[in-house]
Amino acid sequence: MLSPALLLLVGFLIIPFFIAILFSFTNKRLVSPLPTRFIGLDNYVRLFADKAFWQALRNTAVFAGVVVPIQSGLALLLALLVNKKILGRNAFRGIYFLPVVIPMVVVCVAWYFVLNYPEGLLNTFVNILSFGKAGPYDWLYDPSLALLTIIVISIWQGVGFQMVIYLAGLQSIPEELYEASRIDGANAWQQFIHITIPCLRNTHIFVLITTTILAFKLFTQVEVLTQGGPRGMTNTVVRYIYVAGYRELRIGFASAGAVIFVLIVLIISIVQRILLKEEREVL
Amino acid sequence: MKAKHCVYRLLLYAVLGLFACIFLFPVWLMISVSLKSDELQIIREAATPRALVPSAPSLVNYQAVLKGEGLDAPWTRFFLNTCIIVFSIVGCGIFINSLAAFALARLRFKGRSFLVWLIIALIIVPFEGLAVPLFLVIIWLGWFDSYQAQIIPFIAHPFSIFLFYQFFNRLPRELDEAARIDGASWFQIYRKIAVPLSLPVIATVAILQSLEYWNSFLWPIMVTRGPEYRPLSVAMNAFFGLPPRRWGDIMAFAFLTALPLLVTYLAFQRWFIRSVAQTGLKG
Repeated sequence: MLSPALLLLVGFLIIPFFIAILFSFTNKRLVSPLPTRFIGLDNYVRLFADKAFWQALRNTAVFAGVVVPIQSGLALLLALLVNKKILGRNAFRGIYFLPVVIPMVVVCVAWYFVLNYPEGLLNTFVNILSFGKAGPYDWLYDPSLALLTIIVISIWQGVGFQMVIYLAGLQSIPEELYEASRIDGANAWQQFIHITIPCLRNTHIFVLITTTILAFKLFTQVEVLTQGGPRGMTNTVVRYIYVAGYRELRIGFASAGAVIFVLIVLIISIVQRILLKEEREVL
Repeated sequence: MKAKHCVYRLLLYAVLGLFACIFLFPVWLMISVSLKSDELQIIREAATPRALVPSAPSLVNYQAVLKGEGLDAPWTRFFLNTCIIVFSIVGCGIFINSLAAFALARLRFKGRSFLVWLIIALIIVPFEGLAVPLFLVIIWLGWFDSYQAQIIPFIAHPFSIFLFYQFFNRLPRELDEAARIDGASWFQIYRKIAVPLSLPVIATVAILQSLEYWNSFLWPIMVTRGPEYRPLSVAMNAFFGLPPRRWGDIMAFAFLTALPLLVTYLAFQRWFIRSVAQTGLKG
């Protein structure tokens, strides 16, 4: 009963992983007159000497470092808003979650139109709000803005997902805790700090881990909107590996990148899990 | 006190409404632009609020996209490809993943706990890191530019196995014991008892996987060459990147691409939200 799933997992997940490790020590190319041979750590040395790789790594880290706290915080805020007993709260929940079901490529296309330079709706909006002083900005091709723009679009598309997870967390907090604290004279802010936040600990852990890993996989938005530009300012690790392996057909080199990428993701998720578990014991 | 309460309510609705506008406006913009037949008018109005008003709406852009004008195939071709890919992955996936999970949860055999640990560990491994070596596997198998290259590697899904495993683990053991005494085989127990009980998990897995694979982008760029096997997301990107950009047609293509999931979401909103909420309750 297990064998179909196991065979598929071995064939398409575990074997590719070992292929990546194996080829990362060779000069394997997809189409090449040279025979494939063992070259030791050369690929890794070249990878770590490549400024473009470090730039992609830094962009990915910045993206994750900004997206994870903002998206999680905003998700919690939205969850608190739509958890109130208000008219039409199901409609609001539905609307906030809606971008999650829109394919990322479509999201990018729609936003591209909004971000158009110099004649786009966002620039018009900024112009009106600043009484004609600011803008127009080239949101996607200005090196200092491009990554920020990608960050905002990603949060716009993804925040509904975490909101729903927080909503489930909020609804699992027993109402009696709030009632008891109200009798003790706690205000809304004290309740939030001393009841809501600690009770959501498991939810925080889950949201933090999944959002970080998702952030590290960033590819689609960048490939559709900026192709890693301007001047590599939005290139990501996944796109770097994709370009090396698929466009330049440098399989060995791309494999080294892939091994490093998988290691980074594994280390982050393990470290996060350990840190958060310790925190749970301390508190 | 009452006045204060009223102001608070108004403020709350203002914030809720503002967020709703932020989430809806790019979607509405996409629809509005797609309904305008005159390309010059679209460009003229791009930076003005009139971009949001579909004056004299017409469906010519939709007709053009459905006929495939300016594309290498009609929209319906790509839609069919996406449907074949997503339905095959989800359909086969539900069967194979639930079967594996059933064996892991209900049977007692050597190495079981190792396999459970392995499946959980595999959840963290990012597919994006394995794309290049998996691409080699596809080349070796001769599956380049085909449906199976986009289906078979994704059928076995560690996270889905995990969701099913948790569910089956919680079912009372007496169920199997009674059935075993009556002479039922394990497969009969799976088919007649476990599957009918696990409909909520099946819905969760189906929704999450449909979202994931309707969106897949990196992999189909790598393994498809032309319109024959290409899914919507890649076709959307290719069409978007083709100069000169005809925004009316692009937005019609984009909206059509988002429509199937949007309609499904609007029809089954409760199920979508419940599915996502369930992923977070596992932490």
